[in-house]
Amino acid sequence: MAYQPPPLIHRKRLLTWGLTAAVLIVMPLIFKQSFALSMMSQMGIAIIFALSYNMLLGQTGMLSFGHAVYFGLGAFFSVHALNAVGAGNFHWPVTLLPLIGGVAGLFFGVIFGYVTTKHSGTPFAMISLGIAEMVAACSLMFPTFFGGEGGISTDRVVGNAVMGITFGPSIQVYYLIAGWCFVCMVAMYALTQTPLGRMANAVRDNAERARFVGYNPTHVRYMMLMLSSFFAGIAGALAAINYELVTAENVGVVASGNVLLMSFIGGIGHFFGPIIGAMLVTFIQSALSNYTLAWLLYFGLFFLVMILFAPGGIASLITLHKPAWEVAQVRKLVPSYIVAGLAGAVLLVGVISLIEMIYQVETKAEQSGTEMSLFGIGFDAATVMPWVVSVCILFVGALLLWMASRYVRSSWTQVAAVINARRSA
Amino acid sequence: MPAALELKAVHKSFGKTAIINGVDLAIEKGERHAVIGPNGAGKSTLFNLISGRFPLSTGNILLDGQDITGLAPNEINRRGLARSFQITNIFAKLSVYENIRCAVMWSMGYRYSFWKRVAGLRDVADRAQSIVDMINLGRRRDTLAGVLSYAELRALEIGVTIAGGANVILLDEPTAGMSNTETADAVALIRNVTQGKTLVMVEHDMSVVFGLADRISVLVYGQVIATGTPEEIRSNKAVQEAYLGTEATEESE
Repeated sequence: MAYQPPPLIHRKRLLTWGLTAAVLIVMPLIFKQSFALSMMSQMGIAIIFALSYNMLLGQTGMLSFGHAVYFGLGAFFSVHALNAVGAGNFHWPVTLLPLIGGVAGLFFGVIFGYVTTKHSGTPFAMISLGIAEMVAACSLMFPTFFGGEGGISTDRVVGNAVMGITFGPSIQVYYLIAGWCFVCMVAMYALTQTPLGRMANAVRDNAERARFVGYNPTHVRYMMLMLSSFFAGIAGALAAINYELVTAENVGVVASGNVLLMSFIGGIGHFFGPIIGAMLVTFIQSALSNYTLAWLLYFGLFFLVMILFAPGGIASLITLHKPAWEVAQVRKLVPSYIVAGLAGAVLLVGVISLIEMIYQVETKAEQSGTEMSLFGIGFDAATVMPWVVSVCILFVGALLLWMASRYVRSSWTQVAAVINARRSA
Repeated sequence: MPAALELKAVHKSFGKTAIINGVDLAIEKGERHAVIGPNGAGKSTLFNLISGRFPLSTGNILLDGQDITGLAPNEINRRGLARSFQITNIFAKLSVYENIRCAVMWSMGYRYSFWKRVAGLRDVADRAQSIVDMINLGRRRDTLAGVLSYAELRALEIGVTIAGGANVILLDEPTAGMSNTETADAVALIRNVTQGKTLVMVEHDMSVVFGLADRISVLVYGQVIATGTPEEIRSNKAVQEAYLGTEATEESE
């Protein structure tokens, strides 16, 4: 019984990646507004960054609080390279600028990783935080390289246009990012299918046992960190091209925390989780911030709810339905989901009303008074009635959601019975 | 011909407490050797010293005539010594097949490579599959290791241990906590997978020890008080006093 390796390219894989490429190509043709285009460019960068982060957290079990160091340093080296190209001191195509960012990220991964990966678990997390603080401090100490508070700005339109591509229009930048995003996604996925990628999972699960099958877990962690900092550097370079500005914030702890949130919300247990997380968080951050001052609060609440009720992230919510999908039972869940969604919406209306009224009274009252409008209804937040109504909506929503959750559970019980029956058959 | 595994004046202290107190032991190639002794005698510590999990205080350990004292566990493993754990110690979120595959990759030379596709490695796949079949987990091949039953986990533990093709196998209480039929299956499995290899095992179940071992060492308070064939051990007065006496009180607990 000789083993036949599965073909490298098979139908399912071709379909998945073909679809991904198609989505990347078609999206800007559907969403033509400049706001949408810049958001999609941000998403592409965030996807690369979050996937590179998950090489550590999800695949190797390393919780890093300093991954933006590699992203930010990649961005700074790229921005200087781009400026050198602009000044005519250096010849390098802008299309391949991310390689410079990647190599810069890799270089610092080699140096910092050597120190950080000596440890795992909490000590690793603390050392990564220390390095992030150290680099952030350096960024203010060396203004010639990091540009001080203002950062380093650049002009991505350099040299002569190649086939009409100058990277001036944001659509061209989008396709540059999309192209790199696709290549990086494929490369990072391929990495999970190699001996090193598999052993990263083994080290995550049980570093000690990895030793007793011949592998040095420190070495596995070090290699994964180096490779991941390469991809983070690529993302950093793309950010430098996209924004034409790199500041000390890009290497900071906040940026490191952000990529952690993206990966976690998307789901660190699945390869595609961070992709969803990166897209969703970017969307929330840029869309929600247009509508409300309290967007950070909503984002925090959202993260809290995710951790409490879906600790595996959105990816785990999707894969949860795989067995039900296989026995064609998902449609039995849909009615209960619709009911729960409606109940959740009622609860959300209550929460939003209260938060927005608090904001109106606490922060906006001095400029615009306490008159406000929510969901198309105008009212005065200084009166009692809107508060009473909001609290009532909140409680009704919570009650409805509690009842709906029982409905969802009973639907699941039925579906689970079908799944078990099929399995034992 | 050098012994497969040789311990020379091995000492181990934790602080001021001496756990292993001068153990000399030579195990020949192809021998099945059992280490028995009352609880707290230092059997598991001895395994931890041999496999590099703990450093020795003094003494030397030779594997096939080569000094392996002070080497890291992964280096000792690469030289051909593999061990199992008393408390199952596998990769819980990987499937049975992947657990075995991780355990064979180093020995087949694939190391840390990130430019090869694991699914494309025929030799790894063939070997991993043959091990999965050998430990009778073919039916559970794609099940996550974390959800296996206890007996299946113990079989996987042995599978991960022998998968790398090490010549010296250390099994730490392979049948602990098993029912009689499960124990019989485990003994048959151990006999099968250690053919032509050197086996050292710690075991409490005397029927397993006397059924499987060519020679037995009795460890009491960190010292080997007797080494010999099962018959010699059974008739040894010191053993009867020191060891079997304790065993009787253990059973009455």
